[in-house]
Amino acid sequence: MSGRIGVVVFPGSNCEHDVVRAVELVGGARAELMWHGTSALPDVDVVVLPGGFAHGDYLRPGAIARFSPVMEALGRFAADGGPVVGICNGFQVLTEAGLLPGALQKNAGLRFLCTTVPVNVASTASVLTTGLNLGAELRLPINHFEGNYTCDEETLARLRAEDRIVLRYAVNPNGSVDDIAGVCNEAGNVVGLMPHPERACDALTGNTDGEGLVRALIMAAAGQPALTRPG
Amino acid sequence: MVEVRLRPGIADPQGATIERALPALGFAGVEAVRVGKAIRFLVDASDDIAAREQAEKMTDRLLANPVIEEAAIHVEPAS
Repeated sequence: MSGRIGVVVFPGSNCEHDVVRAVELVGGARAELMWHGTSALPDVDVVVLPGGFAHGDYLRPGAIARFSPVMEALGRFAADGGPVVGICNGFQVLTEAGLLPGALQKNAGLRFLCTTVPVNVASTASVLTTGLNLGAELRLPINHFEGNYTCDEETLARLRAEDRIVLRYAVNPNGSVDDIAGVCNEAGNVVGLMPHPERACDALTGNTDGEGLVRALIMAAAGQPALTRPG
Repeated sequence: MVEVRLRPGIADPQGATIERALPALGFAGVEAVRVGKAIRFLVDASDDIAAREQAEKMTDRLLANPVIEEAAIHVEPAS
């Protein structure tokens, strides 16, 4: 049975169709758009918060979006173990909402980055990286101004000890602490990442390195495999 | 007014850029430049204490992200 992937649309999201298209291309699940104003999640198996500029990124990226009606239901979905992935602006929303630790601040160098960078799989114990090879290098597009992952020493130590750093930049583009490109929560079911795997799924664009990550989501939507984490 | 600033120890790329630019304009001896935000608003409150209380709640919930920012609240009567 194929699962359902809900892609939340905030005013200002702009990567939601890319996610739907990537799921269609990789195949095995249905992806559909969900308006942020819904206070009850439809019957979906996975939720994706896509990239963009939710609520104009006013105040701070994600600062207003975290109060969207859908976020309360999303919090419950995540607490019950539901897979949630935030890509780029979605990652910023998840940190603002407190579903992931740390914060994304302005890139070191103050440049908006729009390029493709090498990223390594740093943990396979997350819903986004199940089935990938540890250490595998993926070339993934990045497209952000506020992607500089920041957290205090104590949080960083925890992330390392609990195997929660999911992706690391092979070459740090934005000043992120410990080269972090993506992290997950304690249970591994909530993941945030700055790179855009959904933009690297079509051979026509010359890069399909994002397929493995999208496939992991599709597998999660189908309810398998169960996530096993140390401890 | 709520003044939101990056916590000590958090890298401030904007402040660093300004700090590098100032000597080129002849301003020597400037250091520790930090860039923040000033958020000004009017609140309907019975006195300073009540106004501050409201501003504190707004700051905690929305105006600052405690992971990277801290805030100073300045209250004055509306003119």
